[in-house]
Amino acid sequence: MLRHIGELILLFIATLKALPGNLWNQRTKVVEQLFEIGNASLLMVCILSLFIGGVVALNTGPVLVERGLGSAIGGLVGISVCKELAPVMMAILIAGRIGSAMAAEIGSMQTFQEIDALRTMNINPVNYLVLPRLVAITLALPALVLLSIIIGWLGGALVAANNYQIAISFAAFFSNLRSVVGLEDVVDGLIKTVAFAIVIGTVSCQQGLATRGGPRGIGRSVTKAVVNSIVLILILDYFLTRLLMNFGK
Amino acid sequence: MSSAASNTGVRVEVQGLRKAYSGQPVLKGVGFAVEPGEIFVIMGPSGSGKSVLLRHIIGLEPADEGEILIDGRSIAAAGVMESYRMAMVFQSGALLNSLTVAENVGLYLAEHRLKTREEIRRIVREKLEIVGLKDIEEKFPAELSGGMRKRVAIARALVIDPQLVLYDEPTSELDPISSVTIGEEILRLRSRVGATSIVVSHDRDFAFGIADRMAVIREGEIVFIGTPDEVRSNADPFIQQLLNPERLIRRPADRPPNSTVVPP
Repeated sequence: MLRHIGELILLFIATLKALPGNLWNQRTKVVEQLFEIGNASLLMVCILSLFIGGVVALNTGPVLVERGLGSAIGGLVGISVCKELAPVMMAILIAGRIGSAMAAEIGSMQTFQEIDALRTMNINPVNYLVLPRLVAITLALPALVLLSIIIGWLGGALVAANNYQIAISFAAFFSNLRSVVGLEDVVDGLIKTVAFAIVIGTVSCQQGLATRGGPRGIGRSVTKAVVNSIVLILILDYFLTRLLMNFGK
Repeated sequence: MSSAASNTGVRVEVQGLRKAYSGQPVLKGVGFAVEPGEIFVIMGPSGSGKSVLLRHIIGLEPADEGEILIDGRSIAAAGVMESYRMAMVFQSGALLNSLTVAENVGLYLAEHRLKTREEIRRIVREKLEIVGLKDIEEKFPAELSGGMRKRVAIARALVIDPQLVLYDEPTSELDPISSVTIGEEILRLRSRVGATSIVVSHDRDFAFGIADRMAVIREGEIVFIGTPDEVRSNADPFIQQLLNPERLIRRPADRPPNSTVVPP
């Protein structure tokens, strides 16, 4: 466990060190990875976000209306989606969809000696494989989360307007949302997202590079990459939320 | 690698190399020297430590004990590996499956920004022609036969303009005709750039066809080093068995009753 954390930190530091001299050289691969991430997850992000916003409204709306607090639903959905649900749910989705693909691809390259071949050509696998993936996911995840927040709000508003137990109009929903949710709330969510993206990228690449034992080893690495990413995201989520609350005071 | 001064081969010296995995010794004090421009073949049965030895020479594995010197400089010292142009042709070819043949062959030049895109395209075409391949630049490794993949891997090594080339079982999975072609490529590479070559193989005819000198390895120990003629005339029973295996396969019906092992 401690060894894994140590390896993760070392890989992250090595990638950070490689950034200034190699980012421009690896720009094409960063763009390719951005396209891969967007292409693989955009539709899923939209569907998931719409339903996340909708289900929050559905669960809380009738309770609020019952107590005469129906007008507060916009703010409740707004805050919960932008500060918590969109960053965490999208990070988990991307860990499963993109983190697994990263671990599988790098793990397969490790198994079939492609990474050894890179080393013999004096091509550093950190610069060639890890850096573009880490940069791309750190750029892509906040963008996806921003989209998710907007669609999540929309999903909440749709349910609030159309569910007969809630029946809060679009205008009332967004008016309350505007009065409750500030730019700093969205920024808080995006700050967490950047941290989650770094976790997913580093864990997945490290697991890929640590792959041993043929095709079965690739499977193990993929599982570990996804599970470890999700566990770290949830732990980090608590501490980051706590930290951002302190900063907000 | 790009800063190497000359195109001539390098001298490689392996001194007392030891390696064990999980307490199981794989290399037991291996030592030999390969002269510049020489084709040195390491022969031995499967599992004798040949590939592990090559991985140590190219710096992919750290040794438990012993040293590897390139032109008298230890490869463990900082910057030594980077100051020579070295290439390894892996048993599987180890081409990057997500890249086309052209991208694979030109990878070294592109990643180190040594040439323009146009020049890389020209060099890739030229190197592929040297290994007898044409019009396959846009294909992916998965679309190639085993022999073609090996030849692409050799073309990738040629691009580096290497001073030292290591070949790990270059003829495994190949038919006899493709093996001859690969052998000719190795000889041609030596005559073109004067590169030192270390070849690991258990293909007897191939090894005798290309070697200047040979080493025979058995269970992680070098048992003999000499010219192909010296190896051929060596009376050691292990070497004789390795060179002239009695390949008699008995069918189950011919086996004596209660016998479960096929005799050699």
